[in-house]
Amino acid sequence: MQHISIDPITRLEGHGKIEIFLDSKGNVANSYFQIPELRGFERFCVGRPVEEMPLLTNRICGVCPEAHHMAAAKAADAVYHVDPPRTAKLLRELLYSAFYCTDHTTHFYALGGPDFVMGPTAPVAERNILGVIHKVGLEIGGKVIQMRKYGHTVIEMIGGRKVHPCTSIPGGITKGITEEQRKEIEEMGRWAVEFAQFSLDIFNQIVLGNKEYVDLILGDVYTHRTYYIGTVDEKDKVNFYDGKVSVVSPSGKRLGKYAAAEYTDWIAEHVEPWTYLKFPYLKKIGWKGFVDGEDSGVYMATPLSRLNAADGMATPKAQAEYEKFYSTLGGKPVHQRLATHWARLIELLYAAERWVELVTDPEVTSPNIHTKPTEKPTEGVGIVEAPRGTLTHHYWTDERGVVTRANLIVGTTNNYAPIQMSTNKAATSLIKDGNINEGLLNMVEMAFRAYDPCFGCATHSLPGQMPLEITVHNADGEVVDVLKQYVE
Amino acid sequence: MSVNGKKPKFAMYWAASCGGCEIAVLNTHEKILDVDANFEVVFWPVAMDAKYKDVEAMEDGEITLCLFNGGMRNDENEHIARLLRRKSKILVAFGSCACEGCIPGLANFSSIQDIVDTAFTTISTDNPANIRPQVSFAAPEGEIHIPTLNPVLKTLDQVVDVDYYMPGCPPESPQIAAVIDLVIKVLKGEAELPPKGSTIGAGNSTVCDECPRKRNEKLIKAFKRIQDIAPADPDLCLLEQGIPCNGPATRSGCVARCPQAGAQCIGCYGPAEGVVDYGARLISAFASVIDSDKPEEIDQILDGLVDPAGQFYRFNLAGSLLRASKAAQMSGNR
Repeated sequence: MQHISIDPITRLEGHGKIEIFLDSKGNVANSYFQIPELRGFERFCVGRPVEEMPLLTNRICGVCPEAHHMAAAKAADAVYHVDPPRTAKLLRELLYSAFYCTDHTTHFYALGGPDFVMGPTAPVAERNILGVIHKVGLEIGGKVIQMRKYGHTVIEMIGGRKVHPCTSIPGGITKGITEEQRKEIEEMGRWAVEFAQFSLDIFNQIVLGNKEYVDLILGDVYTHRTYYIGTVDEKDKVNFYDGKVSVVSPSGKRLGKYAAAEYTDWIAEHVEPWTYLKFPYLKKIGWKGFVDGEDSGVYMATPLSRLNAADGMATPKAQAEYEKFYSTLGGKPVHQRLATHWARLIELLYAAERWVELVTDPEVTSPNIHTKPTEKPTEGVGIVEAPRGTLTHHYWTDERGVVTRANLIVGTTNNYAPIQMSTNKAATSLIKDGNINEGLLNMVEMAFRAYDPCFGCATHSLPGQMPLEITVHNADGEVVDVLKQYVE
Repeated sequence: MSVNGKKPKFAMYWAASCGGCEIAVLNTHEKILDVDANFEVVFWPVAMDAKYKDVEAMEDGEITLCLFNGGMRNDENEHIARLLRRKSKILVAFGSCACEGCIPGLANFSSIQDIVDTAFTTISTDNPANIRPQVSFAAPEGEIHIPTLNPVLKTLDQVVDVDYYMPGCPPESPQIAAVIDLVIKVLKGEAELPPKGSTIGAGNSTVCDECPRKRNEKLIKAFKRIQDIAPADPDLCLLEQGIPCNGPATRSGCVARCPQAGAQCIGCYGPAEGVVDYGARLISAFASVIDSDKPEEIDQILDGLVDPAGQFYRFNLAGSLLRASKAAQMSGNR
């Protein structure tokens, strides 16, 4: 049997690797997407005071610490049965909206977007942020840097620090904002809305205006009919900070909505012995293996999932884009994974509009930012939408509020089964009768890049791009071919 | 500044870390351009095409400056630490994980079996066969492998020789920019490197020395939790308000960011200059603010610290004199 090992060149960094086995005819027999690391947060959070969870679990991921900070803070609120004042919630969500703008921008311009802007067949050396700047124009580089700067400025103003914010505590937040800061944040937010619209324009021109790219998005290689989950507000519109988690079937039917505290009725995690990461699935449907369809509990939690699981966007400009998205792609739900890049830009626009909405709320500068917890701490769950998927933190404490047990289901982990399926499908489509298509690397990479996998979160290892190396072994384990990308 | 017409080589690497150090470097914004102008960036997975094999092919010492972040969680982390040590003239333990273990080092309170067992028996885990990940797994189609977890998380200097330490979780961007400036000056012959083993990109005093909050030498009758007094008085020392703030034992360099935002220092810049045992220094600092001379009352006040082990060794357990609990150390002798 032939054996193909797709290793990030960074295999020693704990990113993940793919092992592909071929049958005697040279077709894919099976593949394994392995995650090589475990840091053990669920164990060492035990014994720590629950108010430290927003500070300690930040360190799961330095790319999206804001998501862990918020999920942990909401779980800690729940542990103390305390509802923070409205201003505290406004400030937390404002920080979070600014963070989304920064994060989605980084992904579109530096990680996922170049595949489209440059074209999937462009030379590797051009499929990066510099290539994008070269093609779209120099001013775009400045705008991307500006967007990241603005986002981090707001994160620091409200969260105290640019990386690993420190201000959310059980019952609210430690510090408010002044009117002067509010004005500054509003100005940056209005700029962010323009930036998001500008980004969608680029996508329209370069991707939607090119039939080849549209065909690629709609192609079968990147399609999986799975369940989708995402948080919605009381009107069933996408929300990143709060609401219920909506679950829709592959045919678009809403299976139900669950509140944070009900997540164990809905989600379970399957275990395989060949990886350090677990595979979440819908408990009500059951684990049927790495397969598509209504009968398989596999679900996805990404920007595309959030759009599929909701009835629309809560802000006007994003809603218009939402409608265009589904009319262009043939209605809901959209199963084509590559459409995630477009969905991400619609979310960017929503986050920017929401940023302005929140910062212009008359109560945002109120000094009423904290409710003192008075009830006995017990147990609590906090859920937010991390950019890479629904993030769940669950803590149990003793009567002093010291954590006795913890459970974390983080963004990218939700998508582990779909990622495994997508890479397997890409490999299966491209490897036929022993012919290993040279395009495999790029196609496989695009398959999982759509998910924006952040294995910093998932495995407590590292985020970012995953350079690949594919080694083809024959039945005796000898290397017969090596395909490289990002290696030389 | 170039040597034989070639720019000096720069590398940055992450082992078991969260990626926040990388974000902090990117947040220096225009300084990145200085790095690009003054160095040939040969290896930096987050920012460019990673060329691991190119690193292997390099001469020993060919990389002038390597910023290494992340702790040593598994055998692969150690492998690449040794490789980059060999290839680098100046190896900097960059950020709290590489310097002292950081939050992931709290794993050293538990045995590695306990850590894996916990992860694979949580409330949402469906694991009737009680499966644990296997380093070597015989799949029906062939054998596949994942790295071996170390029994205890190690710091970078517990595996290889380190030239400089740059603390912080993550290091503050202006500090990173200042270090980049310094190295560029050194390369131009306009400055000299500090002695080997020095801490760079940080201050020589404590967070308290940078903190604008007012101290009145007030003593306390009880330790309080931040959620019980929030919002804290914005102008007064948090410790004097009863909040267990780690400022007195923690190295300066962050401009007291957390206390300025109404939150206590949690110690991410590591032990202050000259402090051998961070926990011991912090205990004596806390003891000095306790308003009692009655042993019973003192005990009662200290009981207000609900997690002494975490309080005193939150970021630096792996790098401390303790390093790990007995259970964790014994778990290596399976």
